[in-house]
Amino acid sequence: MGKLKTQSLQKRDSDLANSNRQLEILSNGIFADGELPTFKTKISETNQFPLKAKKLEILQINVGYMCNQVCEHCHVDAGPDRKEIMTRETMQQILDVIKTTGAHTLDLTGGAPEMNPNFRWFVEEASKIGISDFIVRSNLTIIRANKKHYDLPDFFKKHNIHVVSSMPHWTRGKTDKQRGEGVFDMSITALQELNKRGYGMPDSGLKLDLVYNPNGAYLPGDQVTMEKDFKKALLEDFDIQFHNLFAITNLPIARFLDYLIASENYEDYMYSLVEAYNPAAVENVMCTNTLSVSWDGYLFDCDFNQMLALPVNSKSKHISEYKEELLEGRNIVISQHCYGCTAGAGSSCQGVVTD
Amino acid sequence: MSKTYYDPADLRKFGKISEWNQELGDKFFDYYGKVFEEGALTAREKSLIALAVAHTEQCPYCIDAYTKDGLQRGITKEEMMEALHVGAAIKSGATLVHGVQMMNKVNKLEM
Repeated sequence: MGKLKTQSLQKRDSDLANSNRQLEILSNGIFADGELPTFKTKISETNQFPLKAKKLEILQINVGYMCNQVCEHCHVDAGPDRKEIMTRETMQQILDVIKTTGAHTLDLTGGAPEMNPNFRWFVEEASKIGISDFIVRSNLTIIRANKKHYDLPDFFKKHNIHVVSSMPHWTRGKTDKQRGEGVFDMSITALQELNKRGYGMPDSGLKLDLVYNPNGAYLPGDQVTMEKDFKKALLEDFDIQFHNLFAITNLPIARFLDYLIASENYEDYMYSLVEAYNPAAVENVMCTNTLSVSWDGYLFDCDFNQMLALPVNSKSKHISEYKEELLEGRNIVISQHCYGCTAGAGSSCQGVVTD
Repeated sequence: MSKTYYDPADLRKFGKISEWNQELGDKFFDYYGKVFEEGALTAREKSLIALAVAHTEQCPYCIDAYTKDGLQRGITKEEMMEALHVGAAIKSGATLVHGVQMMNKVNKLEM
């Protein structure tokens, strides 16, 4: 594996910064010549096509692609050089929607959501409305990256935020290889700070979950076993506690797709995903109960479709014209990347989707 | 025909061996699957044993398969290499322990 990149694909003028080019790769080659079935063919075998949206449960908001890290596997192609940031005006439109939505979960993601200059205002306003589960996906290092963020654990606690944080491995080497030098130590410090406030402690209402995603061209192992291993190692080595581990499959999009192709792992990886296809996971795949809102207010079936610029198949396409009744029952837009969410026990932003 | 004896892509076709003898193929894969289930040993421990044996058997397919399996289980490269040394130690020990036979034979033949 080469040296960790410090710029996004977009900044590097990479071919793969273009979502059409990514979709072309995902539709050609092994999928065009019939060597592997397309996702549409596969779900048709079990009469699961077209995949339809059920009742909305999770509203996931991407508040911007700017991030303090340039992780090698990032499907957002996030980084310090990305300038797409949600405006206060769009946030206000979202707040109006939150007041009327039937969704029980609000899920803020990015980039590093905390880097949006209106992040704290938005969290304060949204928490006033009252939503039962308010998630912020924090990369942990942002808490230690700059003094102005040091009080984030207190801010999270004040608003009873459910913190979901990335942690690729319990060892320094594997973590830094994926996310950059020094990330492991900063993440450990940030977790200890969260623990001090009560986050992640047994019986604590302050929820702290970790996200594990593989550090290369392979699928995640069993989530329950991985959770046990993570808990044991983090407690023994660093006295850190957390609640749940979500094992998430890397989808062949943006920088992870770039990595798969550059390392000549693309075909093998797609084979692994297709071989691990599980029709039971299709039933509960997250796009059926989630709606993703982009930094500029457009609606998508999931964060992955957002990055591939595949908008929702509905007349309600923007948060300014949001109508939940129009979105329910819509046909989900699919391509071969969807195999990432149906492999093995399935994968979603909340981890596996089957028992 | 391939000009090399081993093609990494052949590993994906392993399941096809059942096509020429469904009954025995099925029995083998049922047995194989059962062996690797969690039992008195964890699936993780079994994966490390399989990795070590893959090397002593010098099976390139098995090495690819159980290296990937180990990574999926969060097994570290340090653990993998230690497992390999166990295999290597048994292999070299198995060679050297036959030295006793050689010594016995020498002692018997020499005056």
